[in-house]
Amino acid sequence: MSSQSLVSSETTLLRKTAVARRRRNWSKITATYLLLLPGLVYLFFNNYLPMVGIVMAFKRIDFRLGIFGSPWNGLENFRFLFASGDAWIITRNTILYNVVFIVLGIVVGVSLAILMFELHEQKIARVYQTLILLPMLMSWVVVSYLVFALLSTETGFINKTILPLLGVNQPIAFYQEPKYWPFILVLANMWKGIGFGIIVYLSSILSINPEYFDAAKVDGASKWQQIRHITLPSLKPVVIIMVILNMSRMFYSDFGLFYQLPRNSGLLYDVTQTIDVYVYNALMTQNNFGMSAAAGLYQSIVGFILVIAANAAIKKISPEHALF
Amino acid sequence: MNQSMRKENFAWKATAHIVLASLTVLTVLPFVLLISASVTEERSVIANGYSLIPPAFSLAAYEYILAEWGQIGRAYGVTVLVTVIGTTVSLLITSMFAFGLLQKGVPGLKVILILLLVTMLFNGGIVPTYYVYTRILQVRNTLFGLIVPNLLMNAFTVILVMAYIRHNVPAELFEAAEMDGANLFHIFFRIVAPLSTPILATVGLLTAITYWNDWINGLYYITKPELYTIQLLLNQINQNITFLASNASKLGNVDLRSLPSATIRMAIVVVAILPILLAYPFFQKYFAKGIALGAVKG
Repeated sequence: MSSQSLVSSETTLLRKTAVARRRRNWSKITATYLLLLPGLVYLFFNNYLPMVGIVMAFKRIDFRLGIFGSPWNGLENFRFLFASGDAWIITRNTILYNVVFIVLGIVVGVSLAILMFELHEQKIARVYQTLILLPMLMSWVVVSYLVFALLSTETGFINKTILPLLGVNQPIAFYQEPKYWPFILVLANMWKGIGFGIIVYLSSILSINPEYFDAAKVDGASKWQQIRHITLPSLKPVVIIMVILNMSRMFYSDFGLFYQLPRNSGLLYDVTQTIDVYVYNALMTQNNFGMSAAAGLYQSIVGFILVIAANAAIKKISPEHALF
Repeated sequence: MNQSMRKENFAWKATAHIVLASLTVLTVLPFVLLISASVTEERSVIANGYSLIPPAFSLAAYEYILAEWGQIGRAYGVTVLVTVIGTTVSLLITSMFAFGLLQKGVPGLKVILILLLVTMLFNGGIVPTYYVYTRILQVRNTLFGLIVPNLLMNAFTVILVMAYIRHNVPAELFEAAEMDGANLFHIFFRIVAPLSTPILATVGLLTAITYWNDWINGLYYITKPELYTIQLLLNQINQNITFLASNASKLGNVDLRSLPSATIRMAIVVVAILPILLAYPFFQKYFAKGIALGAVKG
């Protein structure tokens, strides 16, 4: 075989593999997009189409005409929302409850995690942790029955057993008295969520190098000093991240908590209605698409600003935890 | 360790035990109240309210549930069906999406990743979502209405699965298979998915719990009692009671016997949470790990 033909056969071989690679590359691209397809379709319908639907907030919705055929009415929906005074109440409730949840969640969560750490090598600690985590597995509907068993005027444990034991014979009509509800909602939220906080902070404490504690003990540091100078400073980053993440959700509330527990009782709206519950009621019971869309958009926009601000804050404090 | 330190240690441990034990008792108390309520005689509940230890024991509520198993059993069946289908489909879509995004040399993936992340920052809100699902996709009163809206896939889980595959499934493994001409689906199902079992199990567990407990989709999209899940059934009983209580004066003589009695209601709740209570000891370790994982990057 001449050297020339050898070269040419080599180039054909190279060309052939290049073609094969390109073909494989095309088949890889096709296969990749096939893998992505179901998820893309889902994102389109579940997330992106509703974003287009935001225009509903600026329309007087008439279903015979569809969203796009319905007439524009400018900021009328928003004017109605803010003029009613409801906007102020639901914003106040949403934010205040969130603030209380964040502060208590951190203070109680960190304290309990520190106590749990004292016992973490013991079997009983596992029992505590397992049981304290149990409420997290319950839906708010189920929790509303548990709360009812405690608070019902006619058959509730508190009215029928606890109050008589304390010498109070006048039952409390909890479901008609707004003044008790801030406490009830905060307690219920703690009951359901504190196990999560304990796990988060405990796993941070467990990742502290034990030598720090050993060295402190050798130096004769008291438990209290160890907590102040080792545990708490090590928890600072995770606490900051939890605060910022929760702040980015400041305009959102746990619909189940605020809808199920007060049993959507109108008497309690002043202290129980949050933006999410309001949007639900406007949409499903009043069928007011325009105004509930306006309230929802108000929530989305402020929520978006808060996420961006929170992310900027994270970026400054601990860049590796930033979302983008 | 000297005397005073030992004393201090003991004091701390004792405090920890006292605080955590009382907290545990407070956590469990409502469940005790619930179970006790479900096995108390109806008359006793009406006279003395719910109590922690049944003053008069009776299984009448459970006998009633068994006799009326038609509706409750059906709701149970729907719940199981929704949980199984929802979890399976969700895991499949999520892990396929995560693996797809990890491919190299495929154009457009960066844009798709950004499209995914944007959903964490901004959403259209409840009202437009409701419109899309009821007017365009017509999921009202179908199983789709319980399974599809909001629960099938979310950016956060996709990122969790992506991170796991990236760190735990050696890229050489599937690159080698790719060189041998194996197609991507084959690689995904035969190599990547089996090696990702730990994360898929964790995510699957959390997804299954979400589906079992969900009532919000039903609240928006289901009005037909045949499609009630057990959670929706409980929600409906609640609403009927509230409705009757607030309209009793207008309606005049309301037949309260048509409602599930004080004990039967609680028995239905027990039946609804029983599978979770029974399975919890077995999955609690993975559950705790799963939520810790979620917290780290959540």
